[in-house]
Order: sequence, then C-alpha cells, then structure tokens
Amino acid sequence: MSMNTVKIKVNGSLIVKEIESRWLLSDFLRDKLGLTGTHVGCEHGVCGACTVLIDGEPVRSCLMLAVQADGLEVETVESLAGDDGSLHPIQKAFADNHALQCGFCTPGFLMSVKNFMENHPDLPTDEEIREAISGNLCRCTGYSNIIKAVKEAYVL
Amino acid sequence: MKPPKFSYLRPNNLLEALEMLAEYGDEAKIMSGGQSLIPLLNMRLSTPAYIIDIGRVEELKGIRDEEDTIVIGGMTRHADVEKSPLIREKCPLLSEGIRWVGHNQIRTRGTIGGSIAHADPSAELPCMLTALRGEIVIVSNEEEMIFSPQEFFLSYLLTSLEPNQLVKEIRFPKIKKGSGYAFEEVARRHGDFALVEVAAVIELNTDGTIADAKIALGGANSVPFIPEETEGFLIGKLPDDSILKEAAVLQLDELDPEGDIHGSKEYRRYLSGVLLERALYKAVERAREGVIA
Repeated sequence: MSMNTVKIKVNGSLIVKEIESRWLLSDFLRDKLGLTGTHVGCEHGVCGACTVLIDGEPVRSCLMLAVQADGLEVETVESLAGDDGSLHPIQKAFADNHALQCGFCTPGFLMSVKNFMENHPDLPTDEEIREAISGNLCRCTGYSNIIKAVKEAYVL
Repeated sequence: MKPPKFSYLRPNNLLEALEMLAEYGDEAKIMSGGQSLIPLLNMRLSTPAYIIDIGRVEELKGIRDEEDTIVIGGMTRHADVEKSPLIREKCPLLSEGIRWVGHNQIRTRGTIGGSIAHADPSAELPCMLTALRGEIVIVSNEEEMIFSPQEFFLSYLLTSLEPNQLVKEIRFPKIKKGSGYAFEEVARRHGDFALVEVAAVIELNTDGTIADAKIALGGANSVPFIPEETEGFLIGKLPDDSILKEAAVLQLDELDPEGDIHGSKEYRRYLSGVLLERALYKAVERAREGVIA
C-alpha cells in the first residue's frame, strides 16, 4: 500500500493526514474529514455533484486524487454559510427560488456558481448562466429556477 | 468506484520525471490533469503499478510566443489556453475550439499534453492541431523528437509514444494574415464527446481565390482525418456557394465513424459534410473580413 502524507488547507484549516495514494479527493473529504456536503454522484466526472474549489477554481473532486491536492487550498460547500448558520447569498437565492428539490446536486451547483460570480461581476445573461452550470446535472428542477436563483444572488 | 492500488510518484522537475519514466515506464502511467486517466482508474480499465504525477513539473507549463508558432507546454491546462490573449490574437481557432472541451470544471484541470497523449479520436485538440499542421515535441531521458500529427496519432487512443517518453510541448502555427478559421462541432449536450467536429483554416489571395486550405475532421475516423483531395480541390478556386458545397462532400466516402446510441455511422458521415460546409463558409467569411491582423 502506497501511503503519502498530505497537507491540504480545507475551508481555511490546515489538515495534515497520511492517506493511501489511490484515495479520491471526494472520498477524502467525506470519509476522512466528515465533510459530507460534497456529494458523490457518478464518480467519473459526468454529473458535477462533487464540484469543489481548488485554489478558487471549480474542479470535480472525484477526478482528482487527494494526494494531488497536497499543498493546495480546497473549498467545499461547508465553507459557504456563516459561523452563525446564516446562509450565503447564493444559498439563500437557491432556497428562495425553489432552485432545488431533492438537493443532491445542489452543493456542486453552489460551488460552480460561486466561482462563476467571482469571475463575472456583472449580471450575466440566461445563456451565460446556462453555460456556466452546464457541467452540473440536476434531475429535479429543469434548471429554470436555478437560473432565476443565480440572477437573484447577484442582487442579494 | 475507487481506483486500484498504485504507487504515487511526484517528480519536481522534468529530469526527475524522465528518470522515473526510464525506470518504471512499462508499469507506469503519466498523470497530468487526470481528467481521462482518473475515470479509467475509477472504472478499473487501467491498473498501472505506478502513477507519475507531472502536475508540479514547472518546465512543462506555459505558453510561449516563438515567431510564427505558439508553443504550449504539455502540462498547460485548457483553462489557461482559453484565457490567453496571445492565443486569441494569433491562433483564435484554438480559443474557439477549446470551449468545446468538456466543462469548465474539466478545463481547469485537463491539460493540452494530456489530451494529445490520450488521443481520443473525437477530442478537439488533436483535430485542431492536425488542421493547423502543428507538431508534437516528445522527450525521454535519452532524446527529444518532433512528430507531425499524422506520425503521432496511430489509432484510437494509440500514439507513437514509447513507455519512456512524454509529451513535452505542442507547437501550434499561428494563423496567417489574410486567413480565416472555423471550428464546428455537434455533441449531444454541451461538453459531451463530439459526434463529429471540423477545424478549418482558409487563406485567400488578394483576388479572392483560395491560396491555401487546411482542414481536419475529428470523430469521423480512428485518427484526425485530413481531406487532402478536398484541400487540393479548393486551392486556386473562387469560393462561391457551389464550390464550397461541392468541396464539403467530396471525401465523405473516406470517413468511417463508429456508430453508437448517440448517432449512427450514416448520420455521423452526413453530419461531417454539413459541418465541413459550415466551417468552410465561416472560414472564408472571416478571411474576407480580415479577422487576423
């Protein structure tokens, strides 16, 4: 068994752990750190549910080994809400606009949208939002309310 | 799905990477962005004893301006190519086509060298590189070699890379002044693998006739296909509607796409003609507009 020590900054805290090289980042977050907000859907890079931010960029955590994240900074959905439990504007907009039903895909959407909003400070068109969320699948909403929510997040 | 067991090696520079490859090459796999390799590991379709992660090899990263060529390091990520002002100005075909590569979350990790070395017949980069008549620079601990796409891509997911070699950099010729370009693709959903795709660069003479035509079709054969007869047919002609229409279907018989649930062989072949016609129109139009300064 090939073991490696990794130092990863997860949601602002430095984590040092010894792990097997074959561990996926998604499993590392969920099973070693208990951060089960990152959901695992297809496990081969199709659904986007496991999207996290690595050094601010959206990445599928099922297509990355935890050892590859050594020395990098990871943000998961758990980083969004305030310490007092107050919702992040994107979360609030999703809740207010019925942009989720079962919620399985939502953590991935939230992280993709967070990165998108940081890179596109001006209110985007529907088409731009559609492209931004094209790497995330949702089987409940039909996407319309997600687009509505993203627009509202811009004014919150 | 969990990857099988392997030993993880992470070289800090190119020399280390090449030494590891020389030692473990037969049993090792290079990992750059991992966006094709990790699914293969997850599904246990690949079970290498060693993974050599070149993610920290700085010499393999970056975009260089070299006279009439843009040189992209093998470990450069798609997202960096997408954002590059140099590429947008001097080789906008790449900027246009790269947006078709997976999704943003894939492009932030996936690399140019990885896409070239993986050699998926429907991948955008091999198709664009072939259309541009670019070159692939490969390196081992013994030598450095340059391949044309035709020499490098051998068949589905098969290249002329030896176990001790890796893709060092890829050389994309800049698009010449007076030329137009186009990238056309149809995929079932945005970000899916292409059903077929076409990359084209057309250079016009001052009298409006075609000086040069460079075309490649991806997804239609086991490697990117250069329709040489079509290119020859176009050169010297005034590109009006009937000429472009005729050119687009000239070599459809030579395409041999795989049919599957997403589209039959016949449909893909027909689609190739449609996309080629569109690409030729757009490339000619852009050449007339003088989009390349």
